[in-house]
Amino acid sequence: MLVKLSVNGEKHEANVEPRLLLVHMIREVLRLTGTHIGCDTTHCGACTILVDGQPVKSCTMFAVQAQGKQLMTVEGLEQNGKLHPLQEGFMAEHGLQCGYCTPGMLMTSYAFLKKHPKPSEDDIRWAISGNLCRCTGYVNIVKAVQHAAAAISQGGA
Amino acid sequence: MALRTSPEVGGMGHSIKRKEDPRFIRGKGTYVDDVQLPGMLYLDIVRSPHAHAKIVKIDAAKAMAVPGVLAVITGQDLAKYNLHWMPTLMSDTQMVLPVEKVMYQAQEVAAVLATSRYAAADGAAAVEVQYDPLPVVVDPKKALEPGAPVLRTDKKDKKDNHIWHWEWGDKGATDRAFGEAAVTVKEDIYLPRIHVASIETCGCVAHFDRVNDKLTVWMTTQAPHAIRTVFALVAGHVGLAEHKIRIISPDIGGGFGGKVPVYPGYVIAVAASVLTGKPVKWIEDRMENLQADSFARDYHITAELAAKKDGTLTALRIKTLADHGYTDAAANPSKFPAGLFHVCTGSYDLKAAHVEVDGAYTNKPPGGIAYRCSFRVTEAVHTIERMVDLMAHQLNIDPADFRMKNFVKPEQFPYKSALGWEYDSGNYGGALKKAMDTIGYADLRREQAEKRKRGQLMGIGISSFTEIVGAGPSKHFDILGLKMFDSCEIRVHPTGKAIARFGTKSQGQGHETTYAQILAEELGIPAQDIQVEEGDTDTAPYGLGTYASRSTPVAGAAAAVAARKVRDKARKIAAYLLEVAEDDLVWEPGKFSVKGAPSKSKTIQDIAFAAYTNHPQGMEAGLEAVSYYDPPNLTYPFGSYICVVDIDSGTGEVKVRRFVAIDDCGNIINPMIVQGQVHGGLTMGLAPALYEEISYDEIGNVRGGSFIDYLVPTAVETPKWETGHTVTPSPHHPLGAKGVGESATVGAPAAIANAVVDALWYLGVRHIDIPITPAKVWKLLREKGVTE
Repeated sequence: MLVKLSVNGEKHEANVEPRLLLVHMIREVLRLTGTHIGCDTTHCGACTILVDGQPVKSCTMFAVQAQGKQLMTVEGLEQNGKLHPLQEGFMAEHGLQCGYCTPGMLMTSYAFLKKHPKPSEDDIRWAISGNLCRCTGYVNIVKAVQHAAAAISQGGA
Repeated sequence: MALRTSPEVGGMGHSIKRKEDPRFIRGKGTYVDDVQLPGMLYLDIVRSPHAHAKIVKIDAAKAMAVPGVLAVITGQDLAKYNLHWMPTLMSDTQMVLPVEKVMYQAQEVAAVLATSRYAAADGAAAVEVQYDPLPVVVDPKKALEPGAPVLRTDKKDKKDNHIWHWEWGDKGATDRAFGEAAVTVKEDIYLPRIHVASIETCGCVAHFDRVNDKLTVWMTTQAPHAIRTVFALVAGHVGLAEHKIRIISPDIGGGFGGKVPVYPGYVIAVAASVLTGKPVKWIEDRMENLQADSFARDYHITAELAAKKDGTLTALRIKTLADHGYTDAAANPSKFPAGLFHVCTGSYDLKAAHVEVDGAYTNKPPGGIAYRCSFRVTEAVHTIERMVDLMAHQLNIDPADFRMKNFVKPEQFPYKSALGWEYDSGNYGGALKKAMDTIGYADLRREQAEKRKRGQLMGIGISSFTEIVGAGPSKHFDILGLKMFDSCEIRVHPTGKAIARFGTKSQGQGHETTYAQILAEELGIPAQDIQVEEGDTDTAPYGLGTYASRSTPVAGAAAAVAARKVRDKARKIAAYLLEVAEDDLVWEPGKFSVKGAPSKSKTIQDIAFAAYTNHPQGMEAGLEAVSYYDPPNLTYPFGSYICVVDIDSGTGEVKVRRFVAIDDCGNIINPMIVQGQVHGGLTMGLAPALYEEISYDEIGNVRGGSFIDYLVPTAVETPKWETGHTVTPSPHHPLGAKGVGESATVGAPAAIANAVVDALWYLGVRHIDIPITPAKVWKLLREKGVTE
């Protein structure tokens, strides 16, 4: 089936099997390998991307379901050579270690901060609870999101 | 430790930002599944639904009819090359693919090679296997009973399921101490099977290049060099020589011990690539990862502790049954079948101890690896910390006072433990006092007493652990004969920048940053000017890899030693350039200057340039060094953790309200990274304490085989960790460092379990096995008559 969609503002089309998972289209057809796969039951969130602004676990959506949609992946966060405040926050607060869950964490947090620009710590913890991290113990991820929220409220992005 | 370098140089003690992060936050890391080669084939694996069954027939016809499927590989195919079995790290044997029977549910039965990931999966689903089920042995105690079905029928002389018996310590002295003891306590403690569940599963891309006769394997391994040697030893007879094997361990999405073993999937992918001459990718999914990859723990422990009337501890006696699954594929140093379990006297000055461990075969997956801990050290720490708490409560002495009384004292170091270890340094009382002050221990005890009057369940738990890491001294430590040194090679370029390569492999620990900081400390070259590389066996010096918190104790020491060799040569060059004797030079990080004439100096960058452009006659050009560091002793990080829990008497849920962790890992290289390691370790201590377990029903069906029921903690369950440090340097490590990656995983579960038992002791509860689930607590509360 022919799928036409946009990823990080760039138009793509590809002929794919109807059963191709969106995450496989992103990683293996479009070669955007920042989006990761960590489970097969929609629990880990490593594959989280945005579909029309909504965070979606792309392992649980078919590529054909993204027909005509605007997608955003971790590769779309940096704009004109400028890192997004979330990316800055994750580096500044040591919010990542092995880096495998990081793209999913970033995308979930990105959608969350759009809706909740001044979150409490509890809000953040619930927001990222669909994304598993085995390395950091989450404390510094929470700080990284707070860091970004502060930067954005000061006009950072 | 005082800072010796500026923030710009970024030596030890500076929280410099990680050099790894710019690629990871952009999604530009390269993990194994990101490797995509032209013409690459995909491998998928058919797995057994039975825990023990004869293979009657494997029919590949329907699979071969699936478009894109090229081959179905069985044990019979591998047997032609004698590759159907492989050795384990503990010198047992493990099936790559079975010929006669399967030994656990989810065991590899056949592999399907296809042109795409989806075709391979379709093919695997279409392979028809006929099984003849055999009696299943799940319980290791039953496995050792007379008349139990003998599982390892492949071993001709094997008449039972007993693998080995191991014991350590002075049995006579220990038994005498128990005979004389005024008070003893005894408890059965089970540490269940768990899984590291790194967010990246395991996999590889094997590429055999028929033109150059060279095999390159990108794989999720924590020990690439050892893997290369193992491959050469296992497959030498089919023409794979070690210089024709290149292992590349790319970015690794978490390891924690689970990426030490050689799994059958790797071997099948390599075989498939060698046979086809094409690149072959094998990536396991999460259920395969949890159900078939190496487990951790599964120790059935019976422990006894003896004390005098005044509460002075005297002796420890332990018997343990270790469930290894169908083969002993533990990842331990060769001489230690139970790992370093005999560090179980912990932080306490015991006069006598004796430990026995028996290994048993069962119809479960093999393993016995670490779960972010040095070899069997969590098992040891959990046992002694639970037993000490039990004794303190039994004697009605506050568990903090009881620990203070029985700790090994600072003036006793170096301290020889009752089981023969020489602890390098420690100040256990100092760490516990700091933890008590930080959390407000006395106030918490008052609060607890008040709450108890109102029937509210609150507990305070302590764990004052001693770790044993940095394996290890070559006289005792090897894996398959390979001594457990590690390595660093440094090359300083003419312009004063440098590259350094190591025999270890980071899986998220931040080696690119911390190793650069060690070299910055020793050479004064800014950490930003030093590129650190690991994981490519064609370029890096040989080393045993990263696990058991050995990177800083062993490879970090190699970095310091190699840097000092570079500095020795730099001194000679500086003396030549400044026209003075070497003894007339004074070193400060980054430059040599003339004694008494500090304006006369040469920077390390000046010296590096001269090493290639103006070196003394008779000296070789260049500025480089290599060190293969053989540690003189292990290091013994320690700490004291205090945990406060509130228990919901209605639901049985345990909530960790506060958790203070005071760690002592000696001198600290990067405080930010150390804190991050402790946060992560604590979370992997919380996980098995309250949530994670892989169990089996009576016919060997796995429970906990996916993220649906294997409960990795999320940000919601995980408390806001409070961390702090004391610093007691290791006297034998060149940097005074000890290693920190696993301390928190080792120490935390006992603090949580002790807190829960502390809350329920007055009801008559003496012990609860982890994971302490709401169901377990709810049932206990109801038994004790607590109704709400």
